[in-house]
Amino acid sequence: MSFPWLSVMLFLPIAGALVVMVLPGAGSALHKQVALGTSLLTLAVGVALAIRYDSGSSAAYQFTEQHEWIKSFGAHYALGVDGVGLTLVMLTVILAPVVILASWNDAEGGRWSPKAFFAWMLALEGLAVGVFAATDVFLFYVFFEATLIPIYFLIGGFGGPTRARASVKFLLYSLAGGLIMLASVIGLYVESARHQGGRASGGATYLVTELAKIDFGTDVGRWLFLGFFVAFAIKAPMFPVHTWLPDTTEAATPGTSVMLVSVLDKIGTFGMLRFCLELFPEASKWATPAVVVFAVISIVYGALMAIGSDNIPRLIAYTSVSHFGFIVLGIFVMNSQGLSGANLYMFNHGLSTAALFLVTGFLISRRGSALISDFGGVEKVAPVLAGIFLIAGLSSLSLPGLSPFVSEFLVIVGAFSYSHVAAAFAVSGIVLAAIYILFMYQRTMTGPTRDEVAGMKDLGTREVAALAPVLLLIVILGFFPKPLLSVINPSVDHTLERVQKHDPAPEVPLPTSTGSSLQEGAHE
Amino acid sequence: MKFTAPHIEYDLLSPILIVLAVAVLGVLVEAAVPRARRYVVQVSLSLVGIVAALVAALLVMSRINPTSDKPKSGYLAAVDALALDGPTLFCWVLILVLALLGVLLFAERRLEGGVTAFAGQASALPGTEAERQASAMGLEHTEVFPLMMFAVSGMLMFPAANDLLTLFVALEVLSLPLYLLCGLARRRRLLSQEAALKYFMLGAFSSGFFVYGNALVYGYAGSMQFDNIAFAVSSGSGSEALLLGGMGMLAVGLLFKVGAAPFLAWTPDVYQGAPTPVTAFMAAATKVAAFGALLRLFYVAFGGARWDWQPMFWIIAIATMVVGSVLALSQTDVKRLLAYSSVAHAGFLLTGFLGARSLTDIAPGDLNPVQAVLFYVTTYGLTTMAAFAIVSVVRDGAGEVTQLSRWAGLGKESPLVAGSFAFLLLGMAGIPLTSGFTGKWAVFASAASAGAWPVVIVAVLMSAIAAYFYVKIIVVMFFSDPIGDGPSVTVPSVMTSSVIAVGVAATFVLGVVPGPLLDLLGRTAQFIR
Repeated sequence: MSFPWLSVMLFLPIAGALVVMVLPGAGSALHKQVALGTSLLTLAVGVALAIRYDSGSSAAYQFTEQHEWIKSFGAHYALGVDGVGLTLVMLTVILAPVVILASWNDAEGGRWSPKAFFAWMLALEGLAVGVFAATDVFLFYVFFEATLIPIYFLIGGFGGPTRARASVKFLLYSLAGGLIMLASVIGLYVESARHQGGRASGGATYLVTELAKIDFGTDVGRWLFLGFFVAFAIKAPMFPVHTWLPDTTEAATPGTSVMLVSVLDKIGTFGMLRFCLELFPEASKWATPAVVVFAVISIVYGALMAIGSDNIPRLIAYTSVSHFGFIVLGIFVMNSQGLSGANLYMFNHGLSTAALFLVTGFLISRRGSALISDFGGVEKVAPVLAGIFLIAGLSSLSLPGLSPFVSEFLVIVGAFSYSHVAAAFAVSGIVLAAIYILFMYQRTMTGPTRDEVAGMKDLGTREVAALAPVLLLIVILGFFPKPLLSVINPSVDHTLERVQKHDPAPEVPLPTSTGSSLQEGAHE
Repeated sequence: MKFTAPHIEYDLLSPILIVLAVAVLGVLVEAAVPRARRYVVQVSLSLVGIVAALVAALLVMSRINPTSDKPKSGYLAAVDALALDGPTLFCWVLILVLALLGVLLFAERRLEGGVTAFAGQASALPGTEAERQASAMGLEHTEVFPLMMFAVSGMLMFPAANDLLTLFVALEVLSLPLYLLCGLARRRRLLSQEAALKYFMLGAFSSGFFVYGNALVYGYAGSMQFDNIAFAVSSGSGSEALLLGGMGMLAVGLLFKVGAAPFLAWTPDVYQGAPTPVTAFMAAATKVAAFGALLRLFYVAFGGARWDWQPMFWIIAIATMVVGSVLALSQTDVKRLLAYSSVAHAGFLLTGFLGARSLTDIAPGDLNPVQAVLFYVTTYGLTTMAAFAIVSVVRDGAGEVTQLSRWAGLGKESPLVAGSFAFLLLGMAGIPLTSGFTGKWAVFASAASAGAWPVVIVAVLMSAIAAYFYVKIIVVMFFSDPIGDGPSVTVPSVMTSSVIAVGVAATFVLGVVPGPLLDLLGRTAQFIR
């Protein structure tokens, strides 16, 4: 029995949350220090895990743990990560300390004592690790739903004036999606029990590796696929089930928005990859044309809505709708460039959106207003803030040299080899991104300094310290994405094998040694 | 003609007999013990009696070896009138545990400032001088304890009944004391008496249907015994019309008890009007007993006619879930809301009930419908009991405050109570890591395995609607600001507190490690014929 790395990363933050709850709350910063310490400790475990991860291994999952949990349901406590799972687990544990440090004083004005904020935040971190590490569908579903509760209280307890409505809207959308998925999860049980004759162990099982061996047949597979896909599309969020996201980010604190958009929404795209493509390859191919259309609509519609938004958190939410459109597009074009790009995009979007939410959060809390039209000329009074804002914004619009560029480029390459029309529409998303980001920057930061922002303080040490690691990663991975790609690519190959798709053969005869030049391009 | 005395297995029937003896002793206590000491005597008598019955029930259970891989199927007792098999014994233990918690709620005196939640003198008209005197003297009705014991004995018999007559007698024994208990509230007495009358009228009406159904089935099968009926059904000898009519009418009687559509009209009024401890006990324990009986009647006696009754129950399950969830949306009273939610849960339980399929279709280790329904009713019973216990501690000067709008900001005033209530609500909404989720999964999977996909789809959609009104309560408690004259939480005695603690703990434990209980049920959930 090897060291249970993933369990430690799952339960350490939850234990930390319990400790934070029992600590004295008012007038002491101890609970914040404990929260930060716990999240840093979890990050340390995560780094150790990432170093030990063997990207050359042929095993489907690494760091696996498996215990029978509920025998009658066929449910297991089974954890393990592949390349995609690892990157998202890492994203979670990297962003948690960043968010905790950045939100140091955000919870003071909330309805409850700030320690509740940090306790929920840690609980959320632990459960999110569970979601990305679960290799049992039942366990995944449990974590999937359980993550809703911390975020629900984070929005409803500490957000802005519309928080109660926003938190309910968020919860109901997610629960509705989750319950539709529950029908499919139960369907998996029924099918697994029906197909048990072939296995010696007997009884239904929810292990992904076992379920992947079942041939569900056309009709059943498509129905089950739909149940999963709808839930993930709401989570991701895709047009037309995205409306909860802008409302939620408008009401939530910046830290909550980061955890929601950068981490939890990734469950949607992660789920499409892990469950839709892995378990129902035939149904996924069947659904591809429709999904691609919705993804392209998300890209363009999200970007257009972002251009029209005056409220900064709403604007960022719409940019995310657009970006999630890219991720979904990359997943469903089902070729190595698209899939590599989508996987990379999940990580990079997490970083760039986190930076953008946090830096605008600092900006908003200084001015007391979230409207772009209330700002002007901030760069003269707060140059550091403006500079970081610009970098975060540029990374969001995928400027070459910053990490999101690599992923967006790969997705578009993948999209072109799937359909020129879809790719042409997707490319317009890049142009629109430049408009909404630069337009926002221009209206808030440049021009004559408005009286209301004249006394604005620049970023403090804590705030810069919170943002620095994220910005650093954005720049480093922009120039040197190889470590990430080398972790992701084996998973991409595995997924391609599942959907039995191969990269289209090059039309120009090439020397055999570089026969798969397209693929090489994606891998390097 | 020679009369043979029936052979009675006193040891096997000891749980029922103990409870009945305690009930009779309780009546004697009312006559013989001075008023001042009755409360203590009655409470201790009831507690000791229930614990003794619980021990006896566990002893009987141990005789069928529930922990072994191949447990005994059970015993037929009292000349085949009662079937003591796995499902019966499980229901017994569960009902007795709920009754134990119920006694603790009944005995709570701190909330009303030294008296129980029951009327000082039920015979005094509301609003009269006599009522004022009774309450000034601090009178209280300790008869509630023997009444409850009688109800419990009926509930124990109900799921065990192996012929239609015993089933009917058990139904009446469990119902009559409950009608009476519903009318005994100390506060809002007119509402309480109206509730009792309504419950009694409708209950009597449904009993009429039930007896008529008895007669029709007897006409069909020539016997009241379940196994004879099952034999008649499988040989298909009698008149089809008698069978269908009989099954339908028996179903009316039982569905009335579980509060399923379209026989749910009494539920909100009775849940609201009855004293909250009675509501808690009734909501939890009656459902256990009624579903135990429903399962046995339709799986054992009418199992062969499955294709005749299943379509009817499809429609009833769907209607119950839809009506319960949708009507709950507009409720502004916590007790009424919980009443409609109990209707919705009855629908979810019926979904599990639809998992009936022939034994050859159920491979060993598969989830079977009896297991699923009994598990769900366990989780629901314990959660509901604690939820009503919490309702009883939120009060102002005029007693319990059940208007939802006045609960605003309770989370800030009393985080522990509001937090527990929120957790229980999340449990009822079926959020993972609570027992409500594992229960829901079990009943939905049971229905899905039998191919009842449309019902499962409706069930998940209704779960989403149900989640809305549970979440609405959480929003009121936690995200709204307190209003000026809001209620406060009266600190209850250890009795009510322990009920809440048990309910919350069960909601958590059965959500995280449901395995042992599910396995136990999986091994023993077989009916004896």
